[in-house]
Amino acid sequence: MILPLFFQRNLTVGLKSLWHRRLRSLLTVLGIVFGVASVIAMLAIGEGASYEAQQRIKQMGSLNIILRSVKAPVGGPGAKKNTQSTSGMSIDKYGLLRSDFSRLKTIPSLNQSAQLRRTRETVWQGEWSFPGQLVSTNPSYFQLVSLSLASGRLFNEDDNLHRSNVAVLGAGLAQKLFPLGGGLGETVRVKRNYYRVIGILSDRSISGGGSTVATENVNYEIYIPFLTGMSQFGEFIFKNEAGSVQREWVELHEIVLKVGLESDIPATVSLISAELKRSHKADDYEIMVPLELLKQAEQTKRIFNIVLGSIAAISLLVGGIGIMNIMLASVMERIREIGLRRALGARKRDIVTQFLSEAVILSAIGGAIGVILGIFVPALVTRATGMKTIVTLWSPILAFAISAAIGVIFGFYPARSAAELDPITALRNE
Amino acid sequence: MVEQNKKIPAIQLEEISRIYQMAAGEVAALAGINLTVEQGEYMAIMGPSGSGKTTLLNLLGCLDQPTGGRYYLGGEDVSALPDDQLSEIRNRKIGFIFQSYNLIPELTVLENIEIPLFYRNPHDSDGLQRAVRLAEMVGLGSRLDHRPAQLSGGQQQRVAIARSLVNDPLIILADEPTGNLDSTTGQEILSVLQEMHRQGKTLVVITHDISVAQHSSRIINIVDGHIKEQN
Repeated sequence: MILPLFFQRNLTVGLKSLWHRRLRSLLTVLGIVFGVASVIAMLAIGEGASYEAQQRIKQMGSLNIILRSVKAPVGGPGAKKNTQSTSGMSIDKYGLLRSDFSRLKTIPSLNQSAQLRRTRETVWQGEWSFPGQLVSTNPSYFQLVSLSLASGRLFNEDDNLHRSNVAVLGAGLAQKLFPLGGGLGETVRVKRNYYRVIGILSDRSISGGGSTVATENVNYEIYIPFLTGMSQFGEFIFKNEAGSVQREWVELHEIVLKVGLESDIPATVSLISAELKRSHKADDYEIMVPLELLKQAEQTKRIFNIVLGSIAAISLLVGGIGIMNIMLASVMERIREIGLRRALGARKRDIVTQFLSEAVILSAIGGAIGVILGIFVPALVTRATGMKTIVTLWSPILAFAISAAIGVIFGFYPARSAAELDPITALRNE
Repeated sequence: MVEQNKKIPAIQLEEISRIYQMAAGEVAALAGINLTVEQGEYMAIMGPSGSGKTTLLNLLGCLDQPTGGRYYLGGEDVSALPDDQLSEIRNRKIGFIFQSYNLIPELTVLENIEIPLFYRNPHDSDGLQRAVRLAEMVGLGSRLDHRPAQLSGGQQQRVAIARSLVNDPLIILADEPTGNLDSTTGQEILSVLQEMHRQGKTLVVITHDISVAQHSSRIINIVDGHIKEQN
């Protein structure tokens, strides 16, 4: 009964004296407010960014090895341009070959594989049209990158072998082409070819930009069997660039290979790399290992957290020094009051408690406002920039606990020096 | 019991000395003082500055401790107590009245009177009523919520008097209680002190003003650390 009452009285006295110097108290509190808010906001932004990166990497499949065709750097090492030029029209041949795929897919540690071509095409549905990505690929691709159906079915090996005119639509594209819903069994057109929609994928968007790993937005893709695409579109891509027509010759844009065991990844990657080096004169492909990217992302996150944590710790430290400063000033101003309280029966520990309570009240109020601000700011950042932010449950708790601890730590020295004052000299202080 | 209690002196000093260690050597502010103050006495201590009367006041108020001799406060030896116990003695047995009132500016009249209750252990549940009654007694019953800055000097000293009485102490020490007041207001404060004396309180007033000292029933002089009784 006595302890809570004593605490309650110290709280009242503390609040009263802080209110008496409210402008100064407010300014002091601001240091803690911004410290705590920045801890929470920084952690939320860091958490959000790494979550997004990890999601994107996971979508690529953690057991996958992804090969992509890239234009060899002009004038780079080993860049022998495979270019033929006839009457202003140049053909640029580069990238992965179908022969690469047939050789690579026989590597024993692999258990699934897909090859694909990906081109930008306008997709038509009656009078509606929308720019999408045409992807010709093997049926196994869907499973490799774990795309799931919302309705209908995926195409299978039969569709592929029969070069059937069937298509599976990404959720976003289906939404644009069939805004009123449905779409299954309807016909869509790309260039002069008509496809029956047999399946629509479920939504797989990742909110926001600012990610570290770029992947195609699968929501605006239209998938057709690989052989269907081969027979209808060939391997040439025409690009109109500043008056002259550029022609690119790319057999495959991407090869996705899946290993059976995670431990097989490094050996398989070096095998693939050696194999491709042998058949490719130029650096016209890249090898991506999502698992490695994931590990890198985790490593990056760790460093990121350390950096953010240090910045936040420094800002809290500055806030703590502010509290210490104000409490020392407060002790100096109230030397007479301290002497008086000692004369009227306050023990040293009563004086310590009084000043410590004030410091803790300051830092706790600052901490509470900081928590509110810290939860509000990430939401604002998300709204303004579209970046994903995640306020984890523990970060406000941690930040508040640190701010309260700062009140105790930085309030202790001033409180102690107040209690150690000699009551006689304190009473005589002018 | 009551009769026997009456016989115990409020203050009993035996060969009290207080020696300060200075760079130039030892300085004896008080040199072997013997003094007895009976309960209910109203005593004035006079002396020029530097005579040791402030040192004596600090010792009597348990704010300082003697370097030699014994100090019995209400029969209890308080000459060598640890700091926490001295705090408790000050809280329970001594009421302080200062020249400059020493009120806390952000607290109201009532809250200022209540301060000693704050440090009383165990907590006294009748304290608040007593504080209100004391405020009424010193004529500030209608100003409980006022701040010190809204009061005149005399009123502030009345608050301080009420505060000194709130824990019903054994002795009341007043250090130049009228030093900051004009003579009319000073007279008012002195009559309040006299009223307290009539009600049986033990008062020790330190002053250099003979007209203040004359209100008391006994005057002692301190000269160079020694006591000279005056009648």
